[in-house]
Amino acid sequence: MSPALILQVAIGGILMGLLYAVVAAGLTLIFGLMNVVNFAHGALLMAAMYATWLIHRSTGLDPLLQLPLVAALLFGTGVAIYRVLIARTLQIRVNGAMVQIFTTFGLSIFLVGLAQLVFGSDFQSINASFLGGRTLAFGAVVLPLPLVASGVVSLLVFLALFRLSRTEFGRALEATREDFEAVALIGVDRDRIFGIGWGIGAAAVGIAGVLLANFYYISPDVGTNFALIAYVAVALGGFGSILGALIAGLVIGLTEALTALVVDPSLKQIGIFLIYLAVLMFRPRGLFGKL
Amino acid sequence: MVERAGRALLSRRRRELLLGAVVLALLAALPLGVSGAYLRGLIVLALLYAGLSQAWNILGGYCGQISLGHALYFGIGAYTSALLFTRAGLSPFIGMFAGGLLSGLSAFLVGIPCFRLSGHYYAIATIVIGMMAALLASNWDFINAAQGITIPFHGEAWRNLQFRTAVLPFHYVMLVYAALMWLIAWVIEGSRWGFYWRAVKDDVTAARSLGVSIYPSKLAAAAISGAATGIGGALYAQYVGFIDPESAFDLSLSVLIALPAVVGGIGTLWGPLLGAAVLIPVQQLSVAWFGSAAGGIDLMVYGALIMVLALSRPEGLVSFFHGRARQEAVDHG
Amino acid sequence: MAEPLLQIREISKSFGSVAANVDISFDVTEGEILGLIGPNGAGKSSLFNIIAGEIAPDRGEILFAGQRISGIGAVACARLGIGRTFQVVRSFDSMTVLENVLVGAFLRARRTRAALRRAEEVIAVCGLAGRSDTVAHRLSPPEKRRLEIARALATEPRLLLLDEVLTGLTPTEAREGMQLVRDLRAQGITIIMVEHVMEVLLPLIDRAVVLNLGRKLLEGVPAEIVRHPEVIRAYLGDRYSG
Repeated sequence: MSPALILQVAIGGILMGLLYAVVAAGLTLIFGLMNVVNFAHGALLMAAMYATWLIHRSTGLDPLLQLPLVAALLFGTGVAIYRVLIARTLQIRVNGAMVQIFTTFGLSIFLVGLAQLVFGSDFQSINASFLGGRTLAFGAVVLPLPLVASGVVSLLVFLALFRLSRTEFGRALEATREDFEAVALIGVDRDRIFGIGWGIGAAAVGIAGVLLANFYYISPDVGTNFALIAYVAVALGGFGSILGALIAGLVIGLTEALTALVVDPSLKQIGIFLIYLAVLMFRPRGLFGKL
Repeated sequence: MVERAGRALLSRRRRELLLGAVVLALLAALPLGVSGAYLRGLIVLALLYAGLSQAWNILGGYCGQISLGHALYFGIGAYTSALLFTRAGLSPFIGMFAGGLLSGLSAFLVGIPCFRLSGHYYAIATIVIGMMAALLASNWDFINAAQGITIPFHGEAWRNLQFRTAVLPFHYVMLVYAALMWLIAWVIEGSRWGFYWRAVKDDVTAARSLGVSIYPSKLAAAAISGAATGIGGALYAQYVGFIDPESAFDLSLSVLIALPAVVGGIGTLWGPLLGAAVLIPVQQLSVAWFGSAAGGIDLMVYGALIMVLALSRPEGLVSFFHGRARQEAVDHG
Repeated sequence: MAEPLLQIREISKSFGSVAANVDISFDVTEGEILGLIGPNGAGKSSLFNIIAGEIAPDRGEILFAGQRISGIGAVACARLGIGRTFQVVRSFDSMTVLENVLVGAFLRARRTRAALRRAEEVIAVCGLAGRSDTVAHRLSPPEKRRLEIARALATEPRLLLLDEVLTGLTPTEAREGMQLVRDLRAQGITIIMVEHVMEVLLPLIDRAVVLNLGRKLLEGVPAEIVRHPEVIRAYLGDRYSG
């Protein structure tokens, strides 16, 4: 195993990790805001990927240029999910947490079914994109360009998320999650804040979906694995922590790539799971979680 | 001397038991009125899931720990029994006992780290561990990895739990399973453990102040629930004759095990049966109607039904009957 | 003289940089009603939770019937005979009154029938007999307080910790509550009460320990307490000094 290969795999893992981190950030944002886990997160990723594929096929618009469009689309979807489903679960006094879990699970099943109906169960992929097939070489280290681009965009997403927390809206988010009854008294509309929170969370997944569609196959249940990784990332980074999601995403991407290289590609997730078990044992609320 | 309120509670329990016997008799007579292998197969599945979901309900409903990894215990029970049958020629009755034991033990072991978490944290931990098991199972050559195990036909006999002719014997096998699970839940409801688990579900701090040890309570619930689920897994393997990681360890199975209880009424005696009676036919029939022609509609129907029922009936379908049952309790008082 | 039922020895507890309790020591004699009083933030709740085993002290120890109980946890404390209520009520909301109390009764009675008898007894004592079949979340706030007392009583405690059980009641309800406390003492149960409404507490208790800013200000019989200048300044305020 040459050092260049190891370096190439490691960098590839980190870039993939950034993408995982964006998916996890969407999940952790919603959780941190209102203590709700979105079990339809993987389905949203899948939806974003199909949207990208569909727009590409019907208009020829390059996935990279679709970023704002799909992000906006998913933002709207997130707001709608909050308005139609989640806001209702907040009214429920008995078994509220359980209703949230199974409502989002039901939504996930529904969306996967919808994708099957509309697109069939076959794998799709975007073949002729601007970035597709190109590579970037640093000496002996060769990286696929779509992956590099996805890493760069992911970093930008995190930059935006960190900036967001310093804006007035970010402070309103913060205040709402501290105590939403008190915020209601000073005139902040809880439903509006929560709705936007869901919008931003879904938009993050939307961006990840576009980036992923550039180099990954698309199928109705493509989201399952990514959602699983996002749950692990959120647990590892600490529920509600954006910084935690970033670091956990990187750790997971790197672990996965190195396990695939050293052990066996079909077992690449075992490394991730072992990390998760270690977290469970020694730091149950994650690295940056509030204990 | 037990006074009025206590007598009301005891007589309510006796009435439940009586109702249970009536329902059992009706379900036993059901094949008389239902002909056709398809419909009978549907009922067999519904009964299996009523039992499985009641097993889940012990931990998820009574003790309030929403596990989304019960496929793990189902899979361990199914694989243990199938392996013992195919490789050692042991009767499934021994297999389901061994499988139940192993899955109960696994549930206990999984509980050790996971019960340090609560709420969503716990649910996610069970998902991850369940999927980890699925991944391991599909890479473990000893159990045929992703290919799965086909259970050979060893001759029509109760000892083998194999029947060439019809699903009728399995109707009674699954009915006995579902009835046993119901009975376990009934016993739990009236016992010290049952009250302790419900207390743990409602308020951990208050429970502790009354001398309820939280961690051991959860572990006990998990072990019983896991073992009961494993037995269902063993029955499933023998009924279907084939298992693989996809059918025995998948997350969607974990959800399917939990759903009847959730839809029917979590932490209730009749919820799992009621939920299975609604969900399993809807799911199976929509697969049959839409599955081939327009794949996907079956999942949409199923998903939409879950959303609508969860949102509109957070206390489950049993709440349709509650108003009357409570009123009755008052009238008798 | 007999050994005190409860001995609190130099208990200290901090939460972060906030010292909730500093070097607190006092004894509780078997059969007495002791009032634990002090303004908000005096450290009453923290001390209560330490005695009940819900939190462990940083320093010091607590002996109950001669046995060290600090740090052994709430479950073990309940088994040894310490019952408690909570300042913010914690009923098992999905369960009926009878079922709530049964949970407590199962601590001593393993069999359901025996537990039922015990539960019904204490429900009657606490004046909830007509509400046995009511689901707890439908109870009124004063009823919830009674339910908490009933639940704790069902565990057959030797020492009962009552946290603001008389707060927020109408005068009639408060009188009934006080009578209930007296009845319990008559059964031989030792009681520690936290209350910040002094008027209700003083006629009820044998002795009081006054806390202020995490420290013990003084202890004594009610008559001494109300005369003490520091108490008047720290706690009673102008209403009493005027």
